[in-house]
This record gives sequence, C-alpha cells and structure tokens, in this order.
Amino acid sequence: MASALINVPKRAKRGDVIEIRALTSHIMETGYRRTAAGEVIPRDIITSFTCRYNGREIFRADMFPAIAANPYLSFFTTANESGTFAFEWIGDNGFSQTASAAITVE
Amino acid sequence: MRGIGAIVSALLLVSASAGEIPQQQRRSGYSFMAPDTKAMQDDDTSNPGMLWVLDGEALWNKPIGTANKACADCHGGAKASMKGVAARYPAFDKSLARPVDLEQRINLCRTAQQQAPALDYESHDLLALTAFIAHQSRGMPIAPASDPQLEPFLARGRALFMQRQGQLNLACANCHDDNWDKHLAGSAITQGQPTGYPMYRLEWQTLGSLSRRLRGCMTGIRAQAFSYGAPELVELELYLMSRAGGMPVETPAVRP
Amino acid sequence: MPGKDRSTRRYFLKAAGGTALAGAMVRITLQPADATPAMLNAAIRNVVGEASLRTGRVKLDIPPLVENGNTVPMTVSVTSPMTADDYVRSIHVFNEKNPQPYIGNFYLGPAAGRAQVSTRIRLADSQKVVAIAQMSDGSFWSASVDVVVTLAACTEEL
Repeated sequence: MASALINVPKRAKRGDVIEIRALTSHIMETGYRRTAAGEVIPRDIITSFTCRYNGREIFRADMFPAIAANPYLSFFTTANESGTFAFEWIGDNGFSQTASAAITVE
Repeated sequence: MRGIGAIVSALLLVSASAGEIPQQQRRSGYSFMAPDTKAMQDDDTSNPGMLWVLDGEALWNKPIGTANKACADCHGGAKASMKGVAARYPAFDKSLARPVDLEQRINLCRTAQQQAPALDYESHDLLALTAFIAHQSRGMPIAPASDPQLEPFLARGRALFMQRQGQLNLACANCHDDNWDKHLAGSAITQGQPTGYPMYRLEWQTLGSLSRRLRGCMTGIRAQAFSYGAPELVELELYLMSRAGGMPVETPAVRP
Repeated sequence: MPGKDRSTRRYFLKAAGGTALAGAMVRITLQPADATPAMLNAAIRNVVGEASLRTGRVKLDIPPLVENGNTVPMTVSVTSPMTADDYVRSIHVFNEKNPQPYIGNFYLGPAAGRAQVSTRIRLADSQKVVAIAQMSDGSFWSASVDVVVTLAACTEEL
C-alpha cells in the first residue's frame, strides 16, 4: 500500500505565494546496501517528482539515492486561479503514483 | 574520548539501580531531540508517521476475511471507539489469560472476528492499523489499567527491566533509570519512555513497534532478544507503560 | 574541519574496539568507496559547465549537528525577485562523501513566487554539502556548509 500526504491550502487570494508539501511512502533503497549474506540490495528509488497546476508544470525534482526514505518535498507557487494541483512520482521498477489537491482562488 | 570513557566506567561501576524516575522528572524522548526532529513530529504534514496513520484508516474501513467484516463494522468510527484505548494497553485478555499488546489485540480480532490471517509483526499493515488506533489517543495521558490480574505480569516486566543481561551485563535500568541525562557517543540516552509507538525512527527510516525498539536495545547490550510476540516482551511493555503513567501519548512520534 | 572530525572518529573507532560496551555503539556497514572532492567537482561541472560559479544569493540550511544521517532536513532558499525576467531556473544539491555526489535537482520558474525548496537527505558521514542555483540570466550561484553527522548509538543490524 502506498500513500501520499499532500498539503495545499484549500483557499488562497489571487497572487498569494503558497507553500505546497508532499510526503510519500517509499523505501528509497539506495542500491549501496548489502544483506547480512553480502548480496547487494538492488536500487529501488523514486527518480522523479512533478507538480502540475491546471496542467502546467510548476515544479519538478530529480531524485537520487541521497534523498531520504519516504520523500518529503516543500516548495512554493503563486496562486493565480482555482483548479487542481496534480502530483506525480515516478521511480525504479515501474513505480508510479499520483495524487491531486484542489484549490479555490478568490 | 574522556567523556565516553567516563560514561563507560560509570555504567560498569553501578551495582544497583539508583531507583525509578520520580513523576515530575519523567521526560519524553521528544524533549531530548534537536529542534529539527521535533519540528518533523509536530507538523502532521511533515511527520512521515502520518503516512501509516492514513493507511491504517483505510484498513480500518476495509472488509476482510471469511467474515467479510471491517474493523469499523463492529467498532464504528475509530475517533470515538478507539479514543484512549492505546493509552491503557497492554491489557489482560481473558481467553489467553495474559496481557496482550495492541498489535496482538488487532491480530486476535482478525483471527477470531474477521476470520482473516494474522498480520506479521512489523508488517506495513499491522503497523498502519496500530498507528491509526494509537493516534486516536494522541495527547491523552497514558493510563495503565488497574487490573489485579495484570499484577504478576507487571511485576515480571519490572524485574526484567532491572535484570542485568547480555554480554555487556546491563539492565534497562542502568541506562534508562540511572543515566538518562547522559550520552552514549552523540546520542542522548533518554528515559526510554514508550510514549509514541508505533514511531518513526530516523535510524529505521520507517515506522516500528515498541517490540522492535526493545529487541534493538537487547541486541545493543549483546543479549539474545526475545522473539516478537514473546510474553516477556509484552510484560516489559506493560511495565514501561505503567512507568510512563500520566505522560501524553504522541503516536506517531518521530525519534532519531 | 571535516578532516579533523574524520580523524577523531577513526581514533574513537579504534579505541572503542577494546571495550565491550563501546562495541554496542559502533555500526559496521559495508560501503563502496565514498565519493571524493574530485567527484563532487566533476558533478558540479556537469551542471555548471564552463560558466563561472559565484558564492552568494543561495542559503543552505542544514542543522550543523545532525542526529541521524539517514534523514537530514535541508532547505535551500535563493534571493531572487522571481519575476518573469529575473527568476531562479533550478537548484542543484551535491555532497562530498556519499557513494555518489548527487542529491537532487529542483526545477522551478517565475510562478514559484519564492525560490525555496525543502527536503530530507541522507549523509553517510560528516561532510560538505553544496547547493547551486541557476538564474534566468544563466548565472550560477552557490553556498556550501560543513555538516557533522553523529553516529547513532545502539543501531540494529540490517
């Protein structure tokens, strides 16, 4: 079961700079660890995160094994219209997850 | 180096526990943390433990097993029905004639009521359900049940806490009653108060149970750790919860 | 300073081998060769190219003393008006001693309003972390901090 915790203000005034927080479940296995038996544990990380605001990309991140497990991101955007923030995480082994949050801009 | 040497000799020289921590000196592991780690716990949108709470809520409402029942079908909304429950666990189970912790209670419900297989210890789903249930008690004081049937188990848990064990020949009390204001290398020793389980430990990079933490401590003192679900672990948990009586539940806590 | 910390830790590990209690505090992990300052510089050049890299405008917030290297809160903020013709295009974060020098690349634009990104990173050891911002005019600005990562006591085996 994978889940994501998104924090976007439900309402904002036009022109407000708002903080967006996104937390998602993922092991972020680095590929550099070994089992007690000495075998390398294969890399399994999220490699990319994108946030779109009414379809337009407003923030993107490339992630490496140095990003901690259960990746957390906080970033900003200007609220200019009501609509939807769409979040997408893509990673190794076909990992893909999406989430969305609505905002009303007055 | 000199400081560490001093702690080592202090621990080795202590022959008997200096005694239990008075109520007014009880401190959550939270109070020993750096501001950044505190901030991670304080805000639900940055606390990674909340991911498990969220999953636990979904599991609470999902029908499972041959009985095709969800937790919610019997217990209703967890907000009301589970409030305060974690604060009084482990609790005595009549059918087993011994105390069970929250994880074991969930599994008893699954096997007996939902007729579903028990979940493995430290599995994502068991941690998620436990975290979701314990979260309903957040902010409430830990209030161990005053059940006379629990007394012999509580006494055994206390004895185990005071018992020196492992190759390092250390009792829990040697660190967590007698030296909680000192450090082991860069880490605060802390009082070992179980206020926020299951908790997100940065070292683990995941959520984990009190049993896992206790097993980690046992491995640390080079003792043979009790298996998950062992009655001794539950007795120790029972003593720890009574020792933390009155302290607020923090689930899901964040710790280094 | 980082060099000094490393030698202190080495000394501690060596000394600790002799006492049983200290054995409980020492984590033994198998790791490939660490990234080196040369790898860090190469990674930075990969992003910056031949452009000049200036110090300033970038602020890198990491606790100076980290409780656990597995999860280190980090915030990068860049001084910029964030207007259509003067904004931060991207932020790149690197480290010196993890198995690889890259931590993350973050792409923003004028609509961000504020050029600030926070995440949580892994640091395998006490080391230098570098943040670089590319501005809309193509210039690169940077900040670096030296972070001390403490060894966790009583770690579990994998």
